[in-house]
Amino acid sequence: MGDPGLSRRGFLAATAAAGVGMTALSGCGGDSDGGSSDGTTTIEWWNISTTEPAKSVWASLAKKFEAQNPKVKIKIVQLENEAYKSKMTALIASGKLPDIFHTWGGGVLKQQVDAGLVEDLTDRTKDFADGLLPVTKEPYLLDEKVYGIPFDMGMIGFWYNKALFKKAGISAPPTTWDGFLDAVRKLKAENITPLALAGKEKWPGMYYWAYLAMRTAGADALQKAADDKDFTSDEFVQAGQHLQDLVDLQPFQKGFLGAAYSTPTGQAAAVGNGKAAMELMGQWAPVVEADAGKGLGDDLGFFAFPAVEGGKGAITEVFGGGGGHALRRDAPQAAVDFLKFFASETTDKVLVEETGTLPVVPAAESAIKDPNIKAVQAQLKAATGFQLYLDQAYAPAVGQEVNDSVAALIAGSKSPEQVTQSITKTAKEEQ
Amino acid sequence: MTSTFLPDQRTGRDTDPPPPAARASRGRARRRAVNWLTAVGFQLPALVLFIGLVLLPMLFALYAGFFRWGGFGMPSDYIGGDNFTRLFEDPVFLGDLWRCLVLVVLSLALQLPFALAMAVLLNQKLRGRAVYRMLFFAPYVLSEAITGVLFSMVFAPDDGLADNALGAVGLDGLGGEWFADPSWVMATLFLVMTWKYFGFHMMLYLAGLQSIPRELTEAALIDGAGPWQRFRNVTLPLLAPTLRISVFLSVIGAIQLFDLVWVVTQGGPDHHSETMAVTMFQYGFKRYQVGYASAISVVMFGICLVFALAYQRFVLRRDLEGATTTMRGGGA
Repeated sequence: MGDPGLSRRGFLAATAAAGVGMTALSGCGGDSDGGSSDGTTTIEWWNISTTEPAKSVWASLAKKFEAQNPKVKIKIVQLENEAYKSKMTALIASGKLPDIFHTWGGGVLKQQVDAGLVEDLTDRTKDFADGLLPVTKEPYLLDEKVYGIPFDMGMIGFWYNKALFKKAGISAPPTTWDGFLDAVRKLKAENITPLALAGKEKWPGMYYWAYLAMRTAGADALQKAADDKDFTSDEFVQAGQHLQDLVDLQPFQKGFLGAAYSTPTGQAAAVGNGKAAMELMGQWAPVVEADAGKGLGDDLGFFAFPAVEGGKGAITEVFGGGGGHALRRDAPQAAVDFLKFFASETTDKVLVEETGTLPVVPAAESAIKDPNIKAVQAQLKAATGFQLYLDQAYAPAVGQEVNDSVAALIAGSKSPEQVTQSITKTAKEEQ
Repeated sequence: MTSTFLPDQRTGRDTDPPPPAARASRGRARRRAVNWLTAVGFQLPALVLFIGLVLLPMLFALYAGFFRWGGFGMPSDYIGGDNFTRLFEDPVFLGDLWRCLVLVVLSLALQLPFALAMAVLLNQKLRGRAVYRMLFFAPYVLSEAITGVLFSMVFAPDDGLADNALGAVGLDGLGGEWFADPSWVMATLFLVMTWKYFGFHMMLYLAGLQSIPRELTEAALIDGAGPWQRFRNVTLPLLAPTLRISVFLSVIGAIQLFDLVWVVTQGGPDHHSETMAVTMFQYGFKRYQVGYASAISVVMFGICLVFALAYQRFVLRRDLEGATTTMRGGGA
């Protein structure tokens, strides 16, 4: 420091460093668009297919598309379900979404659309979207405009272990709630854990309440309640009481309040390893059971959520949803081409055959081999009413409050009335 | 954030060399200006980054805390202090504050004394002392996420290592649901936190212990002081500056606890292990109530700030005064 020259050099270096810092900082705000000088377009495809076999099947489909379209490169980003939702929240705040991204439709998609971040696909996909199975397109239709293209459609129901049912002397799957509670008692009497539940993740518990609400109040009641911001009707309270009747039987595996869904000690593994007799889960359940646990093979069966005696709903009304892809606003044509490729008969057959999804193209129905998936598909096609997953159909805060309140009911800290009151309060807070 | 409040910032000025008496005062002034510019030049990049990435987002969070805002576009629905009043009526948030207090008390009452005991033990002449030190410090190096995944397997009900180990020695009765039991989840979490962090505090104490001159202990020994008296009247007072820093880090860590809880329980079962940071994440990233989440973060920051300032003012003052005296004394 004693030599002024050194100081000056030091100062110059510092200034240069500051300059670099500024450039780096301004670089953060820069835009990186897919197009490059040699005419190739890179499109980013964000999906949640992190489990096998879907993970590698999807990667090979992307390769196939690249081979057919030499000027397009696809960058796949795969994130686990919950991580994906968190990441999307951050992206939405930044105002820029990936070119192609996973969506469940409903309220979350609507928020993204309202924020002006999602491409209206009505005209751009008309040539192929019209031919898809109508029920599969429902979740992505907002104000009669198409904002997403489905690749899967499914519903929630009970997946059960036929061998364990036999051991407990249950001849046929129950069709009424009382019959279901009886089956739970019989399983418990044989020292079999009747149900596996991922209490830590909350959404699997919500399925019980939602289905019971549909069975007591009818298929349209949940949507109507959200529109009216009022969930306090007697039927919804009854739904909570029916759930409490089940919880009182202590039907869940040991430590279920801390259990995750797809981990080796979680809900799917408990059923897949034959430790619990049933789980209430979507059409993806067999795949996850085999991935997290051993899988049940031919012992696995499916039955619809039982009807509630005296309720307004029918056993043929389904609670479910699908998976689809939406595009960011002003996405390149290559992204639309990819959606068309992904919803083509050839691709759909691959998806149905190899990853166990349900067909969205009518011609792909013949590709279903698994009898359980056939059963799900039959129920879906014969559905007399439909309700999208609540955490997707509702505004996020309301959906989360349903999950949270039902989790509290199952943990014994909220009464059925308090559940309906909490949800109503949150619904009213959202404008 | 914690480093902002550490006292070593204040010592930044003593690099100024004593000026040679022969130089004229004009040259001195010029050199001072150059030095000043150098200082500014070096600080500018850090300052720009700090303002852009820390200060502005913080101010924006404070601003957003007064709006009902879903995170899209700019906040526009001004609701005054409603988010804050709602916060202090929310049983989950009040529970967060309570759990934070419990963690702080447990850390100070159990974790730090345990770390101190281990440090004193490993400061003795002991075969394989370096190995023990390394072993106890190793968990601190692990990321919280890995720790979380590891211990959710260890404490898995029935199948986990903990229950199996207890069963193997005939203590099956002690096995439980650990993280899945609302009344045991905090205790289990604290156990994991202690496993992970006591090694860090132990290292701090070891460093402190080694700077205590051997003569003082020897003098006490000659005066006939027993082991406890030597510890109580020589070691402990001389270790006090280290203890004060360690308490500070521990409390701030407890207030900001997030990663471990998120990975292991996500705040469950039924909010029984939720911390302020987890609640903030739930509202900000799950419910899209970003205004409310901002209010939570502001309160969290407020608690940290008040604690840090009060702690500096009343507890760290002695340590800081030492530092300032040195500077005033011209590096004596």
